Amino acid sequence: MSSNKSIFINNNNSNILYILSVIVENKPGVLFRITNLFRSRNFNIESITVGITEKPDLSRMTITTKSDIRTLEQLVKQLKKTIDVIQVSVLDKENAVYRELALIKMNAKDPTTRIEIANFASIYRGNIMDISNETITVELIGTPDKIDAFKNLVSSYGIIQVARTGVSALPRGGITDEL
Amino acid sequence: MSEISGATALLTALEKEKVEYIFGLPGGANLPIYDALVDSNIRHILVRHEQSAAHMADGYARIKRKAGVCFATSGPGATNLVTGIATAYSDSSPIVAVTGQVALPMIGKDAFQEIDIIGIINPCTKYSFQPRQASEIPEAVKKSFYIAESGRPGPVLIDIPKDVQQQIAKIEFPDYIKVRGYSPNVDPDLSEINKACEMLLKAEKPIIMAGGGVILSGAFSELQTLAELLSIPVVSTFKGKGAFPENHQLSLGPIGMHGHAEANRMILEADCIVAIGARFSDRTVGRFDEFGKDINVIHFDIDPAEIGKNKSVNAAIIGDLKSSLRALIKMIPKTFRVNEEISKQWLNRKKELVSYYADSLKDYSREITAKKSLKKLREILPMDGIVTTEVGQCQMWTSLHFDVISPGTFFSSTGLGTMGFGFPASIGAKAARKDVTVVDIAGDGSFNMTENSLAVSVLEGLPVIVFLLNNFMLGMVAQWQRTFYNRRYSGVHLKNCPDYCKIAESYGAQGIRVQSMDELEKAIKTAIKSDVATVIDIPIDPNEDVYPFVAPGTGLKDMVTGA
Repeated sequence: MSSNKSIFINNNNSNILYILSVIVENKPGVLFRITNLFRSRNFNIESITVGITEKPDLSRMTITTKSDIRTLEQLVKQLKKTIDVIQVSVLDKENAVYRELALIKMNAKDPTTRIEIANFASIYRGNIMDISNETITVELIGTPDKIDAFKNLVSSYGIIQVARTGVSALPRGGITDEL
Repeated sequence: MSEISGATALLTALEKEKVEYIFGLPGGANLPIYDALVDSNIRHILVRHEQSAAHMADGYARIKRKAGVCFATSGPGATNLVTGIATAYSDSSPIVAVTGQVALPMIGKDAFQEIDIIGIINPCTKYSFQPRQASEIPEAVKKSFYIAESGRPGPVLIDIPKDVQQQIAKIEFPDYIKVRGYSPNVDPDLSEINKACEMLLKAEKPIIMAGGGVILSGAFSELQTLAELLSIPVVSTFKGKGAFPENHQLSLGPIGMHGHAEANRMILEADCIVAIGARFSDRTVGRFDEFGKDINVIHFDIDPAEIGKNKSVNAAIIGDLKSSLRALIKMIPKTFRVNEEISKQWLNRKKELVSYYADSLKDYSREITAKKSLKKLREILPMDGIVTTEVGQCQMWTSLHFDVISPGTFFSSTGLGTMGFGFPASIGAKAARKDVTVVDIAGDGSFNMTENSLAVSVLEGLPVIVFLLNNFMLGMVAQWQRTFYNRRYSGVHLKNCPDYCKIAESYGAQGIRVQSMDELEKAIKTAIKSDVATVIDIPIDPNEDVYPFVAPGTGLKDMVTGA
């Protein structure tokens, strides 16, 4: 744990959002083991994404969790103890790129609304993915905060459906996985 | 390289791991394995219930300090194993369990006797395998033993679909395996040991809390050297009972909910606690927030995840206890001398507490009591005799009144608290050490649960002694109802049914009911010499309670010493 201490975001007891980057074996049952660990140890997952890494036999899980520093430490230790887990790092928001993709479908029955939403979407660097007579669907990529902000902005139009991927993240610069 | 079946590959791989015994029961989905077993030189012990197979493998493992093996079929066979595997997991005991599974094309079809045992078993195993090809079996077996036995030991499950058992293939047996993502051997951090050493040397009232890790690691002599070198009194956790000779002048016995009064008291007065291979369980420390508050706590453990889990500590040494303790001992300067004056005061306090509680704790007065019976057993049983227990009052009386002298000769289901564990586990222990007497200290409630293992003990020639403290009650529950529920007894009366002597005799074992301490003495002596299992039925008063007692949710300081 000591090697990770420097990248913990803060040291008090309040619940903060942490981003964990976890390299795991790319084989069946691993996601189950990890999510079961979170459940059985009473840890909370905000989001979890899984995808293959540059090496075909390894996957990267990006897990965001809101917890205090002691719980986070336990969580990291329990993850490291899990045999299919190869590496665990806690990413510092300042020194990591992290993004989430969201699809947001809204009510847009009249043309003015559609134009307004399209304008907002372009301010947020979003893309219009689908338009029907009654709805408009925007694709947005950004930090979870940015997506939340957009959602708040358009909530008055009536959000019909939201699909969010959860956060994917990598450390900035030359930091690599020590595998 | 000739072609063999997956089942034969399994048995061959187990032979390569030098497995002596398989405790198991066949069924539809492991028939090919049982067929291959006919040609194997490994001895199969046929159990009467799969739960007992896991307990036997566990008992074997705890004494042999190497993985025990159990077999079961799919579905109910596998689910029956779960309690036994969970018990082993709770107590960090290495088991390799092999279950049959329905054939691959049937998985997910809710086939007859199909259950997702991998899903069920995940929270109580270190790891599990489900080979999809016969050729994967040898590697899965080798990895299972490596994972089960290394680091903090624990159970591993291999679930083999029936068609994979039957598949004929050219199969290679690896000599060397590597499990990426698993590195159980950590060298202890010398700077942390140095920190611990400084804390320990400047402590005036240090105390060692020895946990089950000492037994798992076999670090008995290192523990004793450290304690004697610095004159540190030693308490244990319940799982650590027998890590340190309980007749040693520095020994205080187990602390905890039903710990020794003097041990519970002494640790409260310490100014430095050295926890060695212990996990600060609620049963041991009472309240996490009160225990070791404002004093230095040093924690030795092989499992990094135990550090800070229940208790924040001031120094943490991660690694095998043997090498960590050796490094600590080496670090103590040759010139260092314990301050005689201060040390004497602290050790006198120990004597004072021991004699205070010896006088103040009243004995329950009857011709036969649990306490007197256990003292008598200790008197007669050879020091190398192995003792295990069931769960409940019988277990806690053992903690209080039966001194373990020879290190590593005691074990119990201390973590999960599984009733029915002791008897099958004692049979497993007997398989591991045929040359010594093995005793299961039982209560009637627990013995009832797995008494059918009498058949196994008799037919397989693995005689053990069931020391049955029979109070016709689920005694511990009754005690709690007496204490916390205003004597409203609910679901605790067993009413001396069945007759345990007749039960024993019907299996071809020996049953002796005793009515006096003289008869008990004779019975123990007869049982030790007996070629078959002996059930000594010792009727005790249902009102005999276990004291002292630290009620759940309270701290060690709130210990109650009598009714």
